[in-house]
Amino acid sequence: MSVVSADPPDTPDVPVVKRGRVQLPRSPKLLIGLGILVAFLLLAIIGPLIAPFNPSSSLTTTNGVPQAPSAAHWLGTTQVQQDVLSQLLVGGRSTIVVAFVAGAIAAVLSIAIGVTSGYLGGLADDLLSMLANIFLVMPALPLLIVIFGFLPPSGGTNDLLIGLIIAFTGWAWGARVLRAQTLSLRGRDYVVSAQIIGERTWRIIGWEIVPNLLPIIASSFLFTVLYGVGTYTALAFLGLVNTEHWSWGAIMFWAQASSAQVSGYWWWYIPAGLAVALLGTSLALLNFGIDEFINPRLRAAGLTRRRARQAGQARPPKRFVLGLTPVVRAASSDGKPL
Amino acid sequence: MQSRAAGNRRAAPMRMILRKLVFYLVTAFAAVTVDFFIPHAMPGNPVEAVLARMQGNVTQATIKSLELSYGIGGHQNILIQYLHFWQKLLHGNLGISTSSYPASVTSVISGALPWTLGLVGTATLISFALGTLLGVLVAWRRGTWLDNLLPVTTFFQAAPYFFIAFLALQLFSSSLGWFPSVGAYTQGTEFPGWNGAYIVDVLHHAVLPAVTIVVCSAAGWIVGTRNVMLTTMDEDYVLIAQAKGLSRRRVIWYAARNAVLPSVSGFSLAVGFVVSGALLTEIVFSYPGLGWILLQAVGNRDYPLLQGIFLIITFAVLAANLIADCVYIFLDPRIRQEA
Repeated sequence: MSVVSADPPDTPDVPVVKRGRVQLPRSPKLLIGLGILVAFLLLAIIGPLIAPFNPSSSLTTTNGVPQAPSAAHWLGTTQVQQDVLSQLLVGGRSTIVVAFVAGAIAAVLSIAIGVTSGYLGGLADDLLSMLANIFLVMPALPLLIVIFGFLPPSGGTNDLLIGLIIAFTGWAWGARVLRAQTLSLRGRDYVVSAQIIGERTWRIIGWEIVPNLLPIIASSFLFTVLYGVGTYTALAFLGLVNTEHWSWGAIMFWAQASSAQVSGYWWWYIPAGLAVALLGTSLALLNFGIDEFINPRLRAAGLTRRRARQAGQARPPKRFVLGLTPVVRAASSDGKPL
Repeated sequence: MQSRAAGNRRAAPMRMILRKLVFYLVTAFAAVTVDFFIPHAMPGNPVEAVLARMQGNVTQATIKSLELSYGIGGHQNILIQYLHFWQKLLHGNLGISTSSYPASVTSVISGALPWTLGLVGTATLISFALGTLLGVLVAWRRGTWLDNLLPVTTFFQAAPYFFIAFLALQLFSSSLGWFPSVGAYTQGTEFPGWNGAYIVDVLHHAVLPAVTIVVCSAAGWIVGTRNVMLTTMDEDYVLIAQAKGLSRRRVIWYAARNAVLPSVSGFSLAVGFVVSGALLTEIVFSYPGLGWILLQAVGNRDYPLLQGIFLIITFAVLAANLIADCVYIFLDPRIRQEA
């Protein structure tokens, strides 16, 4: 890990290296993002258990007219009297499982391909980069639509399989970023010295390079989870995943199929859409937090005058001037976290 | 010697473009190959696989169009079928649509393509221009209220396009009645020709879908440009420009020109996402473009049409990529030097 810099004073924003462990900056973005994400993860675990109704059981007592929210149905009903709240609670698990499975598999793929191609260089690098670039420019959603179109019907209810297929189209961005960073690490002294000592290639990659890529890996993992949420929701919205397999996208599929957006049945689609957007926002906020951790300039840019004063700048500039990022002493004293 | 070097420098952009072109051709080749092999990777031959998925809703016309699309019964050697697939593709033959037999996939797609190109093309360009400008502005005015724009853009970036479309439709069409909710023009009338009233009608119908696409996709450009701009503003040449006493506007211009470059190169990566989101937006507004026929194809299990749409979208995205790359090579002299 990087060298401990001259001990920064009492500012909380600084990633301090203590006994080889990196302390993440406690920025509000990171905390809010983490809070929302944890709430959603809890929802994924207990959601199906606390759902008040069976999300699929249907009645036709209201002649196909969706009912607005009431005491019995907090988020109203669909046109066949299904409880929207129950659908939301049950559908959360599938959505989150698919997204995280996709993120995890894509992270493994992108590390394997990106770091390998960056470290090895030469022909292997050319071929692997080419592969990543092809996957990067090929539009993913249309490709997934064709794949899911031909999937046997039983495949449409298997969250792990869905996550795997989404990961297959989502690893390339991470691989490209990791490759670029590996290229810059490859020539560093500690890597060269490991090579001179005679460490095996895989040990150097696994023990010298990958640990230093952790912030980037975390960032690309979150990015892929975000991609997984959006993609899975889009596929379900199109009706390509089994539409009785509840997810937030499936709720919106049924709302769209019944023209809820034209008829004004807002309670049917707004909760599901908001859930997707909030989950995505929390992931993006976490990602911003990591970005600021990697790039101190972005962090200083977020300083308001009040916080700048707190951080010890005696006379904060009235307005931040071009070319003069007010890098707070503490914020600048951390070395590169990598 | 000198003249030869100069000649090389002039030829360098062409060589870069050629290299990009070769890459996109390889990608297109990969897309076509994937498109061919996905149906063949499923159990049985493609016709059987498709028939199994249709669960009994099969007419004689469907079987006929499937056989025409995938070769008779799919009994031939797979390599020969693959070559046939290429041969048909190069003649512009993408098979026969099962849901609108005997119409060819090409004719179904070409009916929808102009709407999508017009809507999505315009919206994407507007969003790129607007997002980049806003990004520069937010970075320039950092520490002011404009920073509050960032959480808002984060939300729009994370929300699915079709959800924002739902909201736009509910608010501006159902509740306020400002804009029509369905289609690309007023239904039920004969095509009156491109007169003024018709054009106004088409534009009126396009406003909500276009605004949805712009709002959702601009968020990415804003954040991206802002971050690069913040880094650029710390460069020495910007400091020097300021120290020389150039006007603020002039300095911003110097910094912004360089900050926009990564956005242009990032355009090629983002365009696939934007197009995908735009197709979903079309569905919500029942806009008769590719997204709408895509939904029909999924609903009717029209596999030849699905595959055709995939190829057309991929080719369109690759073409947009190539154009963005050419613009980038034109804008950034460093790239031309490296070649």
